[in-house]
Amino acid sequence: MKNLLEINNVIKTYGNYTALNNVSLQIPKGSVFGLLGPNGAGKTSLIRIINQITMPDSGTIFLDGEPLSPKHIADIGYLPEERGLYKSMKVGEQALYLAQLKGLSKEEAKKRLKYWFEKFDIASWWDKKIEELSKGMAQKVQFIVTVMHQPKLLIFDEPFSGFDPINAQLIAKEILQLRDEGATIIFSTHRMESVEELCDDIALIHKSNKILDGKLTDIKRKFRSNVYQIGLSTENNDAVSSILHQNFEVLPADFKLFGDEFICNVRLSKNQSSNDLLSVLSNQGEVKHFVELIPSANDIFIEAVSKNN
Amino acid sequence: MSKLKLIIKREFIAKVRNKSFIVMTFLSPLITVGMGALVYFFMKKNDEKVKKIVYVDESRLFSKDDFSDSKTIHYEDFTSVGIDETKKKVEAGDYYGVLIVPKIDSLEILATSIEFYSKESPSLSLINSLESKIESKLRNTKLTNLGIDLDKIASSKIKTQIKMFDFSGEESSKLINGLKIGVGAIAGYLLMMFVIIYGSSVMRSVIEEKTSRIIEIIVSSVKPFQLMLGKIIGNASAGLLQFLIWGVLLFIIGTVAASFFGLSFTELQTSGVSAEQLETAKQAVGADKMQLVIQEILRLPILKMFVLFIFYFLGGFMLYSSLFAAVGAAVDNETDTQQFMLPIMLPLILGVYVGFATVINDPHGSIPVIFSHIPFTSPIVMLMRVPFGVSWGELVISMSLLVATFVFMVWLAAKIYRVGILMYGKKPTYKDLYKWLKYKG
Repeated sequence: MKNLLEINNVIKTYGNYTALNNVSLQIPKGSVFGLLGPNGAGKTSLIRIINQITMPDSGTIFLDGEPLSPKHIADIGYLPEERGLYKSMKVGEQALYLAQLKGLSKEEAKKRLKYWFEKFDIASWWDKKIEELSKGMAQKVQFIVTVMHQPKLLIFDEPFSGFDPINAQLIAKEILQLRDEGATIIFSTHRMESVEELCDDIALIHKSNKILDGKLTDIKRKFRSNVYQIGLSTENNDAVSSILHQNFEVLPADFKLFGDEFICNVRLSKNQSSNDLLSVLSNQGEVKHFVELIPSANDIFIEAVSKNN
Repeated sequence: MSKLKLIIKREFIAKVRNKSFIVMTFLSPLITVGMGALVYFFMKKNDEKVKKIVYVDESRLFSKDDFSDSKTIHYEDFTSVGIDETKKKVEAGDYYGVLIVPKIDSLEILATSIEFYSKESPSLSLINSLESKIESKLRNTKLTNLGIDLDKIASSKIKTQIKMFDFSGEESSKLINGLKIGVGAIAGYLLMMFVIIYGSSVMRSVIEEKTSRIIEIIVSSVKPFQLMLGKIIGNASAGLLQFLIWGVLLFIIGTVAASFFGLSFTELQTSGVSAEQLETAKQAVGADKMQLVIQEILRLPILKMFVLFIFYFLGGFMLYSSLFAAVGAAVDNETDTQQFMLPIMLPLILGVYVGFATVINDPHGSIPVIFSHIPFTSPIVMLMRVPFGVSWGELVISMSLLVATFVFMVWLAAKIYRVGILMYGKKPTYKDLYKWLKYKG
C-alpha cells in the first residue's frame, strides 16, 4: 500500500454552500503532505471529514486500505488551527484524559507522557493549571497531546502559530522525526517557507476545488519559468546588454551583488539551454552569479490561485 | 474504560471540585437552618418585651378578670386616676397605650365608642385581642340582662372534628394535609431549582469548551453526542450527590438542633397548627406534639416520594439540560444565551405556578392531572401531587411520556449541538437552528 490516505470524490455541502466539490487526494505513506489554500477554501472542512467530525455528503475515504470508520480515531492525531485546553484543569490530568479518549490505557498514557514531558523539559508543569501557563507553553502541551498516542496519520493545522522561532524550530524538527519514524503528516499552513522546508507533497485547494497536487519537486518543475539570474563583472555594460538582447529575452532584475556588476534576468526559450547563455556570458567578462530562478511555493500558490479566480 | 464513562467522570469531577459546588453543598443547609433559628430567635426576642396597657373604665362594666395579663401584655386599672391625668401619665411614662371605656348605658352604643390611644400604631393582633375581650364581656353582659344563664350556654358548647379516611383505610387530618402540601411544594420547587442550576451549569460547560477551543480536539476523539450525554450525566450525578449530602446534613443538623433547643424546637415545628387541631390529633394518636408531627411525616409515602423525586429529577434534568446544552452550543458567550433561555424557563416556571395554584385546592383536579402528564411540567406538578397519593397507573403513563420526550429532545438537541459547537462568529437565529437540524452527518 503506497498511500496511507485516499480521498475519492468527496463532496460536502452546508445548506446551499458547497464546501468541497468533488475533491480527491492521495497522501503517500511516510510523507509530509502540505494542504494549502487561501482562507475559506475548504481545508478545514476536509480535515474535519478526515477526523470524522463531520461526514461527507458523498465520496469515499480509505485509511491504510480500509474504509474510514470510528475505530480509526486512535490512528489519527489532530492539532486544529483554533485550539485550546481546559483552562482550569491540571496539565497532567488533562493530558491523561485526552490520551484515554484516544484509546490509550491510563498506565500507557502515563508512561508516554513522562517520556514527552522529559523530552520537552516540562515535567515540572504536571500539576499546574493551563491558565497558569503562557501561550507558548500551552502549545507544547497541545503538541504532546496530539502525538502521544503514536497515530499513523497526524494532521497539523497551522502548527507554528503561537510559537517563537526557537520553539517553532523544535516542533518542525519533531514533525520531521515523526515522519522518519513512519508517521504520515498532513500539514496545513499559510507559511510558505515552512512548506518549502517540510513538505514532500502538496495539494492546493481553492474555492472548494482541488486545483493542484503532486510532489513539490514535480510541481516546481512544472512551474519553472526558465529564468536565470546572472551577474557579470565586465568593462562595458552597454555592449553586454546589447549582445544579450540580440540573443535572449532579457528581464529587469532586482537583486544585489558585492560590487557594481552588470545584473539582469534572462528567460531562455525552449530550444536554448543554460550552457548557451553561459558560453555567451563567459566571452564578455567574469561570471560572478548564475542561478536558475526556481519558483517558490509562495509564487506557485499565488500564480495558481490567481489563475483560478 | 469507555469514552462515555471517561467524559462523565471528568465532568463530574470538574463540577464537584468547583469551589462554588463545595460552598453551595455545605453552606446552604447551614444557612437554611441558621436562618430558621435566627427568625425564631428574633420572634422570641420581639415578644419578650412586655407591653404595659392601662385602662380607664368609666362604665364600671369591666373587672380585672376581663383584662387578664398575657405573656406579652400587662394590664393596669387606671380608672381612679381619671381620663386626662391617665393620658398625660401614659404619654410621659413607660406605657404602651391607654384604653378608654366611656360611661354609656346602651351596650350597643358603648360597643362602638371605646377608644384606644397609643404612642405608635398598634399591631393588628393587639387590637383584635382587645376587641375580642371587650366583645365577649359585652355579649355576656347582654345575655345576663336578657336573663340567660351563662353556665348553660357554656355547657352547650360542642366541638366538631370530621375524621378523614381514604379507601385504603388510611386516616388523614388537616395537619397531614398541610404537611402534604408543604412537602409537595418543597419537592417541586427544589426540582425546578436543581434543573435551572444544573442545566445552566451544563450550558456554561459547553460554552467553556467552545471558547477555550478545546472542543475540536475532543470531537476528533469522541462523537459530539457522547460528549453532550457525558456532560449531562456528569452534571446530573453531581446534582444527585449534592441532594444526598443535603439530605444527610439536614437530618444531622435537625437532630442536633432538636436536642439542643429541646422543647423550643418542638414549638417551632408546630407553631402553624392551632391548639384545637393539635388537641384532637393528640387524642387520636395519644402522643405529644413532636412525636405527632414526626409520625405524620413518617406516614407520608416517603420512600415512594424519594424514588419519584430522583426519577423526575433525572427525567426533567435530561429533558431540560439537553436544551441548555443546545443553547450553549449555539452561542459563543453567555450573554448571547438570553434570547434562547426564555422558552426554556417558561414551562418550568409555569409548572411551579400551576402546581402552587391548583394542587393545593384539588390535587386530583383536571388541571393538575393534565399538567402532571405534559413532560415539560410533569416533573414539578407530579411531585407536588405525589404526597396526596397518585395511582401507579397514572405515574407510569406520566413517566413513560417523560422518558419518550427526553429521548426525543436529547436526539433533537444533539443535532443542534453537533453543528453549533463548531460554529463561531455570528449569533444564530431560530431559523439557523432549524437549518442545522437538517444538516447531514
